[in-house]
Amino acid sequence: MNSSALIHAIIDGILTGSVYALMATGLTLVFGVMDIINLAQGILVILGAYLSYTLSVHFGVDLFVGLVFTVPTLFVVGIVIERLFVSRLKGPERTAMSILVTYAISLVIEGILNEVYSINQVQLHAWYIDRSFLIFGVYLPYIYLLGFILAAVLLGALYYMLYRTRFGASIRASLSDQTAAALVGIDTKRVATICFGIGVAVTAAGGMIFGATNAFNASSSYDLISRLLTIIVLGGMGSLAGALVAGILMVLVQDIVAVIWSPIWSSMTFFVVLVLVLSVRPQGLFGKQSSRVA
Amino acid sequence: MNLKQLPWWGAAFAVFALFPLVETNSFWTTIAIYSLIYMACATSWNMFSGYSGYVSLGTAIFYGCGAYTMALVSLHTNMPGGAEQFLLVPLGGLVAMVVAVPLGAVALRVRRHTFVVITIAFFFVFQLAAINANFTGGPAGLSLALIPWQGNQFNTPFYYVALAILVFAIVLSALVRRSRFGLQLLAIRDDEDRALGLGVKVKAVKLTGYVMSAFVVGMTGALYAMFLGQIYPQFAFDPVFDVTVALMAFLGGFGTLLGPLVGGLLLETSQQYLTSYYSNGSLYLILFGALFLIVVLFMPQGIVVKVKEMWMKRGLKDGENVSAASPLTVAGSAKS
Repeated sequence: MNSSALIHAIIDGILTGSVYALMATGLTLVFGVMDIINLAQGILVILGAYLSYTLSVHFGVDLFVGLVFTVPTLFVVGIVIERLFVSRLKGPERTAMSILVTYAISLVIEGILNEVYSINQVQLHAWYIDRSFLIFGVYLPYIYLLGFILAAVLLGALYYMLYRTRFGASIRASLSDQTAAALVGIDTKRVATICFGIGVAVTAAGGMIFGATNAFNASSSYDLISRLLTIIVLGGMGSLAGALVAGILMVLVQDIVAVIWSPIWSSMTFFVVLVLVLSVRPQGLFGKQSSRVA
Repeated sequence: MNLKQLPWWGAAFAVFALFPLVETNSFWTTIAIYSLIYMACATSWNMFSGYSGYVSLGTAIFYGCGAYTMALVSLHTNMPGGAEQFLLVPLGGLVAMVVAVPLGAVALRVRRHTFVVITIAFFFVFQLAAINANFTGGPAGLSLALIPWQGNQFNTPFYYVALAILVFAIVLSALVRRSRFGLQLLAIRDDEDRALGLGVKVKAVKLTGYVMSAFVVGMTGALYAMFLGQIYPQFAFDPVFDVTVALMAFLGGFGTLLGPLVGGLLLETSQQYLTSYYSNGSLYLILFGALFLIVVLFMPQGIVVKVKEMWMKRGLKDGENVSAASPLTVAGSAKS
């Protein structure tokens, strides 16, 4: 084990982890506000990546400039999915049903993406993806830093919106208690729809960075969604801080294990951490102790 | 299942038992074998998840464990390909049960929503392990000894073993549903805290249900490996399997006995047929996903309950509403 590889792992863990934290925040927000588990989050990340790919390859739009188009597009996609399908789910089994519905949606999107882009893996290209800079004695492509900044800015904006605006207050009210929020006059349906839109919109940015740092095709979504789900469970479902901490923790643990032990088993260590944490704290790191679950 | 319905079940069984005698085309009998396998899996999934409300999306773990048990044991004992291998089918089920104990002990510490996600996480651990471990043969998989049966003779034994597993699953599920243990599972589904307060040992009951449902799935996994003659990590531990089994139960009727059978039969037959008909995989994904959406959105209680409701309403005047079938009353009333 050499120390520069370890430093590389730690830097990569923090930088890439923040991107996962961003994608997981969208997922946990949707769960917290609506009790909906959005299994389509993984394929929507890939959709975001493909949109950036099309813009950059066919129209020559820079990846970061392209976000001006892709983020609103995915926001609308989120709203449409919520209005058409998710909002129809009612009754005590709606969380379980939401898994099935969003899985079906992700199958349809996967099929369409395979049809349009074929199953050959692609990767995004730009000068900042191919060029590297020197930091603490290790070379790192600029995209890692830019991705980190983007994720930090978006997370900052999201937190500002949640904690400093009136609409954010109504989201947080819905997060802590749906019924009470409705009773004090919050339009919880509207909050839910917009939250779903926001939760999906972050995948445009996450997808662009994912596509810039990994070769991908539509079936990369399975790996993504399993990671995102474990992040929000580890952090505590519905907890925003939990998604942030667990997202960075996941990539960090994985990268460090890859260096000091073996890259083959590293992707499994996070699941092991998850199991260990849950056997001590079943509600996750930042989760609230679930009271009565009817 | 009550005694009055027994003749119907008997008739259905006769139809299934006679099927390979009438239809000898191996294209159709292969589809039938897969349908029986999935019906058994959906029934036993429903026996835990449907009754207790704890939706598990890690069913493929048990399927894969059963499949690898069959492959590894038959290879290491140099078992010749043939009927002897069927003896390993129950062993596959037992191994799956043993695996289910620690998994259930950890996963069932949390409540429903988190449980779903943990089962998914466990699934990926197993898939990765199967791909990376040495003894599983890695991504290249394992090939079993060739079975020297020809043509349709090849399919018939598999068909009857699959049918036997299915019958076992149905009987087990029906017995559980009628037992005190089954009522405890239903109580957990309706209100876990109240069940605990009333003296149900929720942890033990949930774990027992989870482990029991692993048995049948493990057996079908073993049969699948033998039928296919080779096994790869991505077939044995398939994320689509996890969701398909759950979907079958939801499609037919979550928590009912007949539901998973109807769902499994409809879904697997059409799935097998569509895949052979449309070689284009992505078009098939779109079709399957769309069908899936339509069913979940328009028949959220499942086909069995919907049909039953329409049957009951048939003689009534408008406005008389029969059973405003919420899934909870469904679980209590559907004794089909």
